[in-house]
Amino acid sequence: MKKLIADIKASMGVYESEPVYGLLAEFADPAALLHAAEETRKAGYRHFDVHSPFPIHGMDKAMGLGNSLVGFFTLGGGITGFALAYWLQWWTGAVAYPLNISGKPFFAIEPSIPVIFELTVLFSAFGAVAGMFALNGLPRPHNPLFYSRNFARATDDAFFLHIAASDKRFDLEETRRFLTDVGGRNIELLTEES
Amino acid sequence: MATLKKNHIFQRLLDPFAATSGDAPEAFRYTGDWRLWGIPLLVGAIGLAMGLSGWLTDAHQFYFSYLIGWVFCLTIALGALFFALIQHLTRARWSIVVRRMAEALLWTFPLLAVLGIPVLFGLHDLYHWTHADAVAADPILAGKTPYLNVPFFLARLAIYFLAWSLVAYHLYRNSLLEDATGDPGIAARQRKVSALGLAVGAVTIAFASYDLLMSLDPHWFSTIFGVYVFSGAFMSIHALLALCAMTLQATGHLRGIVTTEHYQDLGKLTFGFVVFWAYIAFSQYMLIWYGNIPEETLWYRHRLTHGWEVHSAVLLAGHFVVPFLLLLSRAAKRSRLFLACICVWLLAMQWFDIHWLAAPVLHYEAAAIHFLDIANGLGLFGIVLAAFMYRLGRHSLVPFRAPGLDESLHFENV
Repeated sequence: MKKLIADIKASMGVYESEPVYGLLAEFADPAALLHAAEETRKAGYRHFDVHSPFPIHGMDKAMGLGNSLVGFFTLGGGITGFALAYWLQWWTGAVAYPLNISGKPFFAIEPSIPVIFELTVLFSAFGAVAGMFALNGLPRPHNPLFYSRNFARATDDAFFLHIAASDKRFDLEETRRFLTDVGGRNIELLTEES
Repeated sequence: MATLKKNHIFQRLLDPFAATSGDAPEAFRYTGDWRLWGIPLLVGAIGLAMGLSGWLTDAHQFYFSYLIGWVFCLTIALGALFFALIQHLTRARWSIVVRRMAEALLWTFPLLAVLGIPVLFGLHDLYHWTHADAVAADPILAGKTPYLNVPFFLARLAIYFLAWSLVAYHLYRNSLLEDATGDPGIAARQRKVSALGLAVGAVTIAFASYDLLMSLDPHWFSTIFGVYVFSGAFMSIHALLALCAMTLQATGHLRGIVTTEHYQDLGKLTFGFVVFWAYIAFSQYMLIWYGNIPEETLWYRHRLTHGWEVHSAVLLAGHFVVPFLLLLSRAAKRSRLFLACICVWLLAMQWFDIHWLAAPVLHYEAAAIHFLDIANGLGLFGIVLAAFMYRLGRHSLVPFRAPGLDESLHFENV
């Protein structure tokens, strides 16, 4: 059970390991980061992530990320909205408050479609946003990466790759050597004390 | 400086310009044989021969069947016109590798004008408002005579075709000129033509659909009708472009040039306009349902009784619900076989939609798809397709000097 929870969290990018959190390496430019991500994936690492100030074309592929699952959340939200709107209008119109308005049926599908449509779209959007948050492990007020003072530059002008200690292949010496080999600089060991 | 040579005067109906594919890079050159246009031509000729024979046996039915097939082809050509206009106006890069197909389809308008001649002979059979005695006895129709009269009707048709052909000619010529000269100023010129063309196109497609389809039932009116016809036309062109690219690729052209990424985008736009069509169709229906005024509801009553309710249900399911669900996923749009099947189905549905608009006027008391409907539809579509394929093969399959072609070739959906 514990392992399952850890796996799910890892799939959201939340890697848990204490006291050593992992290694953080800086790269010179987006191309170097892309290359490093590809090499990291090829070397068999799974618990790693990259950070850059802007999206990098082709990074999904380099990191070996599949298609986002957010569409299924959207679909679920859409179906919920559809059913809710249908039920709401039927229940209010035909069951709870049946009012005769200019001889129209208490409930008919024709005038109900606009509300069904709107709620389908609204709940799809809710599903998409909620799914995006969930799949990214957000909100996440604290991330061990913040222990690194250097890391603040990830939103400015620096490109980082981080390999988590929870990865099966993680080995302090070997991983550090690997990161140096693929061009990483300023390699930092992230621990709770640092 | 290279220029564009005019075609022989007798061939200008098919293509106003002499073949230029010799100057194109090899990868963009058409290398297929006559079969790609010969087979549609054969189907078209046989279909049209059978269709025209209907004129001898049942002229009334023939004119309706012919009109349905002809308007179907017209919506395809108009779809291509709007596709080209919008790609230029938005400076779209992704679509450059498929743009030439739409451009080749543009020169269908003069051919359609010629193929429209039988409709002119059938005005009396098709349009109730051409009957002087009926108009005299009907104050509503009498009130509409300033608009619905034969000379003005013919003049309007002439204006539509002139306008469409003119815009089409400029878009087509400029694009081929770009191939020949590589003049970097052409892209800006295309945008100018497109800005004007879009305004002209929007007005003319609306009025053409009022004239050709809505006036079949001259008592009925719906201001959204033009948008309805546009939505179906614009959906169809994306389906047709995907199919056309697949056909060319199956015969060994454009390998690695049109990619899954482009098909996914064409699929997305097809999907989008499947939804748009439903949105417009429903907007029209709901207002009439809610208003519940006899002069408006009668039109739907004719389409919801005597077997036409089955056609209406098939239209709702086949033109919206099923393709909506099938095209929803990314995988569906990226699978060629799957997308091809849906595109063929949607083109059939576009024809079915036009049939649903026009045929109940002829016999609302007995729903049917007549043999002549199919013969004329296939016949005219075959001829249009053959001329299109023939024209396409005479020039580079891709506007190879268009700015941004490189981006189109390496286009990727993020």
